[in-house]
Amino acid sequence: MTPGVEPLEESAVDESPIAANADVVKARQTVRALAQQARLSLVDQTKLITAASELARNTLTYGGGGSMRVSIVRRGAKTGVKVAFHDEGPGIEDMELALTDGWSSGKGMGLGLSGARRLADEFEVVSTPGKGTRVVVVKWAR
Amino acid sequence: MTDRVPILKIGDVLLVSIQVDLEDQMVMDLQEDLSQRIVDTGAQGVVIDISALEIVDSFVGRMLATIAAISRVLGAETVVVGMRPAVAMTLVELGLSLGGVRTALNLEQGIGALRRARDQGPVQR
Amino acid sequence: MAQDEPERLLRLLSDQQEQIVAQWVRKVTTTLAGRLTPAEVQQDLTELYGALLAAVAQGSLATRQEAYGEVRSLLTELSRNRARQGFSPTETAYGLFALKEVLEPFLSDAAHLAAYLQFSRALDDLGLYTVETHAKTREEIISSQAEQLLELSTPVVKLWDGIVGVPLVGTLDSARTQVVMEKLLQSLLDQNATHAIIDITGVPSVDTQVAQHLLKTVVAARMMGAECTISGIRPQIAQTIVALGIEFGDITTKATLADALRHALRRIELQSATAGMGGTA
Repeated sequence: MTPGVEPLEESAVDESPIAANADVVKARQTVRALAQQARLSLVDQTKLITAASELARNTLTYGGGGSMRVSIVRRGAKTGVKVAFHDEGPGIEDMELALTDGWSSGKGMGLGLSGARRLADEFEVVSTPGKGTRVVVVKWAR
Repeated sequence: MTDRVPILKIGDVLLVSIQVDLEDQMVMDLQEDLSQRIVDTGAQGVVIDISALEIVDSFVGRMLATIAAISRVLGAETVVVGMRPAVAMTLVELGLSLGGVRTALNLEQGIGALRRARDQGPVQR
Repeated sequence: MAQDEPERLLRLLSDQQEQIVAQWVRKVTTTLAGRLTPAEVQQDLTELYGALLAAVAQGSLATRQEAYGEVRSLLTELSRNRARQGFSPTETAYGLFALKEVLEPFLSDAAHLAAYLQFSRALDDLGLYTVETHAKTREEIISSQAEQLLELSTPVVKLWDGIVGVPLVGTLDSARTQVVMEKLLQSLLDQNATHAIIDITGVPSVDTQVAQHLLKTVVAARMMGAECTISGIRPQIAQTIVALGIEFGDITTKATLADALRHALRRIELQSATAGMGGTA
């Protein structure tokens, strides 16, 4: 997130593991609940939940499992939802490649990171090869 | 124990209605079951109803494309119906194209599309 | 506050509670000139007084801290209601300042006075707080009205069986275009339509963002299984689109709404023709 911007207030934090397929479904439900609480429009909710779904699957498939942290955030007059994924997997070797649309190291349509970035208002990814990856997305209510 | 997605036969069309968030195993099962039913019944068309899905991510998108491809190899055309506006807008934003998968607004239009497809051949997008 | 000041203030506020609240209510009701019933004012102020007392009892005058949490939340509620009822921020804030006036005759000595001055500062701050909340509520009301206006100004009409259209007029901005997108896509389902026409004859200019939104609408409609045509593209807009390097690809565009309608009707005819024998399921 850019420095020099108003501070971010966080509340209603929910942390949960992403260890199995069932957790991806649960993750969607958790994000939906908070998105509704933050009064995101239906389309924005859908976009955020879809982004979270992509990232949760990434965490599971490429990160070897990890955790998700969802919270309601406020910056000034804006309210939104922040979803953060963390794993201690192999990390991303080539970040630029990973962020290119349609890239994936596995099979199938790999749109996880680039897709999530397009769907969210704010996006941040930090990865250290061999150590792990952290992805954070924020969607603001209009 | 995972439930299996029910497959209904309406004339020479098979109807699959996706009601819940599908997990990996259910998707595998569905592909298997559907392939078997197409062969057993000689079905010419498959309608996948996603009107109950609030979220379609790349995993689900892949599943739909795969089912369409498998069905085509087995001689049946597929149409996906009932996509919600919010889902359509999200897919566009996501950059996920369901290229090669025919879509229609609802069951009625879907069956009409299958009829036309039979006459015209595979969809060109 | 100094050693026994809070004590004295607290005692004054609690011992004389009934009288103070009664006078407070009377003062506020008079100013609001009958726009609120005395009963309503009585309830609001009694509750507020109780919360103030509780906060002062905790020995604090820091109105933005925890001890005043209850007070602030009551004031937020009060302020929002007053804003919605059409009262001005001043009228609402006056409610708090009135308490100061009411307290004055009860002060009997210098120590009281010192405590009162501190308390009065706290009341001033709370008064400002109500003004802030009032302003926020007004903004919320305005933005929700703007939204409603947006909704009303983007009508989607049924042009024919299976064809819906949106005639856009005026300057398009990102927000408005998104609303159009949502309404159009929803109407496809509602009207069981297979074709949508977005007419931009009445749109003087289009920028990259708007053009992209329009494109996304067309693609989204296609995703859902419908065709979307853009009509009414004037020469200037066509030039802008090309200059901006926006790819319209295989999206159908027509010069007039009539052309677009004709095109859609032809496609529908074609579709029914190739459906072969037998109608719908």
